[in-house]
This record gives sequence, structure tokens and C-alpha cells, in this order.
Amino acid sequence: MTDGIVAIFLLAGATFVLLAAVGIVRLPDLATRMHASTKAGALGAMMIMAGVATHFFEQPEVITRAIAIVVFILLTAPIAAHVIGRAGYFLGIPLWDGTIKDELRDSYDQKTHVLKSGFEDNSPGKPPSERGDTHKDRTEN
Amino acid sequence: MLTITINIVYIMLSLSLLMAFVRLTRGPSLPDRVVSLELIASIVVAFVGVHAVDTGVANLLDVAIVIALTSFLAAVGFARFLERGGPR
Repeated sequence: MTDGIVAIFLLAGATFVLLAAVGIVRLPDLATRMHASTKAGALGAMMIMAGVATHFFEQPEVITRAIAIVVFILLTAPIAAHVIGRAGYFLGIPLWDGTIKDELRDSYDQKTHVLKSGFEDNSPGKPPSERGDTHKDRTEN
Repeated sequence: MLTITINIVYIMLSLSLLMAFVRLTRGPSLPDRVVSLELIASIVVAFVGVHAVDTGVANLLDVAIVIALTSFLAAVGFARFLERGGPR
């Protein structure tokens, strides 16, 4: 009974991890590769941990540890993906040729690393000398 | 039945480890390699979980916790290194 549930969880998790690996080899650029690896890989590892928790269901401390791993992956995988994707865009790594939408292309200066919000020059009620407050993107570091 | 499933899962995880390693060696830029390293860490966490089920040693889960923590810190460290303008 329990073995069947464990087998299903392990197989599903391994399938997701395998799909993530196929995606990371086959997809064309950094953002799409990250899209495959971060979500599918994290879900695969979490499902395998669910299988581990089901297998050791008589030991509550093991279940607690498995849940701790799941929560940790759930919290840190988006943060790591965001940070790496931000660094990749910051470096100006070329996107795929078939990219439809790049919303930062017009407002982000690749040379000075300044990100404009688009509302600097038409804010009402201010003289032109007080406009142009650009958001510095941590260039002082 | 569970033994056969665990063997199949080992084979699938090994294949995915191999493919992630292909991207690690071929990746045109450093962020690609960092993404691949992060996927490798997830695969190793999954491996440790399957091995805990296989051998019945539940203490192996501590290893999985430490590997997940290390991979997250490595990703954040690499990203900060890249944004500060290290060699690519």
C-alpha cells in the first residue's frame, strides 16, 4: 500500500527532474533554460521528498525533516532564479532570436546600468530641473 | 516492486545528471553554468532522498538539507560576483 504511493511519488519526481534536464539542454537561451530548470527541478526534488516522507511515515522526525527540505526548496528556488536572471540581464547576455517581449529594453541602459521608470519627464507640477530622478541600479557597488 | 521502481528512478536521475553536465560544459556564458549547477544540486538532493528510501537510513536527509542550503548560497554568491563585474 505505502510502497505503491512511494513508487508513484518517486517516479513522478524523477520524471519532472528528467524533463528539467531535457529542457536545460534543448532550450535556446538563459531565461528559457532557467524556466525549465528552476520550476521543474524544484518540483521534482519536492515530490521525491514527499515520497521519502511517505516511506518513513512511522517516524515523525523524518517526516519533519522532509517537510523542512520541501519548505526550504520552495523558499529558495525562486530567490536563486531571480538573482541569477537579474545578473544575466545585467550582463547583457543575448536573448533568443524569437523573443517576443523584452519590457526592459527601452528603459534600461546597458552601459550605465541605469533603469528608468518611464515617468521621469512628464510628471506634472514640477520644473524641469527637479525631474529626471532615475533609479540607480546599485552602480555604486 | 519498490526495488524495481527505485532502480528505474536511479537511471532517470543519472540521465538527467548527465544532461545537466552537458550544459555545464557547453554553456556559452557563466550564468548558464550557474543555472546548470543549481539543477545539479537539485538532482543530488533527489538522489539522496531516493537513496534514503533505498537503504532505509533516514539520517541521510541531513545531507540533503546541507546540499540544498549550499546550492542556494552558491547561486546568490555567483550572482553577486557577476553583478560586481567579475570575469565571465
